[in-house]
Amino acid sequence: MIKLLGILIIILGFTFKLDSILIIMLSAIVTAIVGGLTPTDLLSTLGENFVNNRSMAIFILIMLVTGTLERNGLKETAAKLIGKIKNPTSGKVIAAYGLMRGVFGAFNVNFGGVAGFVRPIIMPMATGAIEASGKEPNEEHVEEIKGMASAMENIAWFFCQVLFIGGSGGLLIQSTLASLGYEVELADLAKVAIPTAIVAVVVGMVYFIQKDKSLSKKFYKQAATKTQGQEDKVENK
Amino acid sequence: MSMISFFTDTSVTLGTKLLEVVYIIIGLLAIYTGIKNAIDKENTSRIPTCIFWVTLGVLISFGRFINAFEHGSVISGIMIFIMVIPAMLKKVKPGKVELPTAEQRERLRKKNGMKVFIPALSIGICAIIFATLTDLGALVGVAVGVLFGIVFLMIMSKENTPKVFLTDTERLLSTVGPLSILPMLLAALGAVFTKAGVGEVIALYVQSIIPEGNLTIGIIVYCLGMVFFTMIMGNAFAAITVMTVGIGGPFVLSLGADPTVVGMLALTTGFCGTLLTPMAANFNVVPVAMLDMKNRFGVIKNQMFVAIFMIMFQIAYMLLCS
Repeated sequence: MIKLLGILIIILGFTFKLDSILIIMLSAIVTAIVGGLTPTDLLSTLGENFVNNRSMAIFILIMLVTGTLERNGLKETAAKLIGKIKNPTSGKVIAAYGLMRGVFGAFNVNFGGVAGFVRPIIMPMATGAIEASGKEPNEEHVEEIKGMASAMENIAWFFCQVLFIGGSGGLLIQSTLASLGYEVELADLAKVAIPTAIVAVVVGMVYFIQKDKSLSKKFYKQAATKTQGQEDKVENK
Repeated sequence: MSMISFFTDTSVTLGTKLLEVVYIIIGLLAIYTGIKNAIDKENTSRIPTCIFWVTLGVLISFGRFINAFEHGSVISGIMIFIMVIPAMLKKVKPGKVELPTAEQRERLRKKNGMKVFIPALSIGICAIIFATLTDLGALVGVAVGVLFGIVFLMIMSKENTPKVFLTDTERLLSTVGPLSILPMLLAALGAVFTKAGVGEVIALYVQSIIPEGNLTIGIIVYCLGMVFFTMIMGNAFAAITVMTVGIGGPFVLSLGADPTVVGMLALTTGFCGTLLTPMAANFNVVPVAMLDMKNRFGVIKNQMFVAIFMIMFQIAYMLLCS
């Protein structure tokens, strides 16, 4: 039982928001003591495994390109791309962002997350879509749009980042399994993640489009019927 | 093996040698970040910041050769402790940040247009090509993709000089800060757990709760454990090291389940936990503040449906495909 002290430290440490690096080092030291490792054992295990997992530092090399991409207007171009959707609604804008975030996330390309992209670009587009249809954005609706856009950002990024061969998720799985004696390839790990990534992003997109539709009906009852009529007319043409 | 004999040894594969070159470059970037911050007058914590990045850089660049000495890995271990002290004291800080101006971004956007996506996608594409078609490995592919991206950006605009790439890398690295090495530290911690026999102890306890030898129950417990632990800890990366040693290994993998499927899905099932917990503050709480939302759970609420759907989908996927 005492051997689990290190795990308890990890759980409590993360739960109480102590410094992550401090928790890890403390857990390593305590585990070594209760597990009967000598200080030399601890140092050499840490040293050997940290160095063996240097591959996880590949993100630093990738920064050589991503930092300068931002300078070259990556975000602005991405915004232009989303701006191309036809008959935008808030739900469609969010879904389009999710799709783009997912596809580019699979290539380890980031547009700046909530701070760098959702707030300055997606939110104005989503509320702009309501205004463009001649309605005054309802406060509660906007609140929901904020939540949906952040959720789409997280969902697309989480499930698609593991598609990038050389991402830290795959590398951590590889090393965790290796310590138990199982060898796996990064490309195979990414392949396993393809169905989950597609399902997660598609389910997210459909869910948010539908949710936005029913919210729009709820908040703009009269206006909604009018737009409905207009849409029918367009289709009849 | 010393550095020279490593690179001249014909029994070492080309892929391994190239990867080592990649590590040396990565380490040098970290060392550059350290030196840049050491001479940056606007940095309020110059020396500790420098110690962190330079030690990290040396470990990445030369770790293999340091560990090749007698007791070399002990030296690396000591260096890790030296490296993390300034980080634990919160003394690793970014210095002067030169953000690209909106004017430059807009001007270059007009000039480059959609072409900017080519270097953006080149890294991932090279990684796929190298992983599937060569035996040099995915990471060498990443490096080639980075090289391609740099050359493409330099051709695209004369404003992208080598200095610009270095400055931008340093800016990003200083901004993400010491937390970026968390996965590496967690991997090392996982090794300490294994060495100390933590897995066996957990397995002993879990054995008394769930029947051994039942793969279906093992998979369900492992997946739900990943969700639950990630929700408590707020970090799926931390959860997977603990859960795999304790449950994934003895109750799923030892029964012959496919480690590739199990490993990947365990992590992404853990991500469902991340979607459900305020402990993952970066993803679920910070946006609430950033977007000025009224409901503190406004982000999590919108993630619940997808998270629960994905938990069920992934458990089924793991049961069917492993």
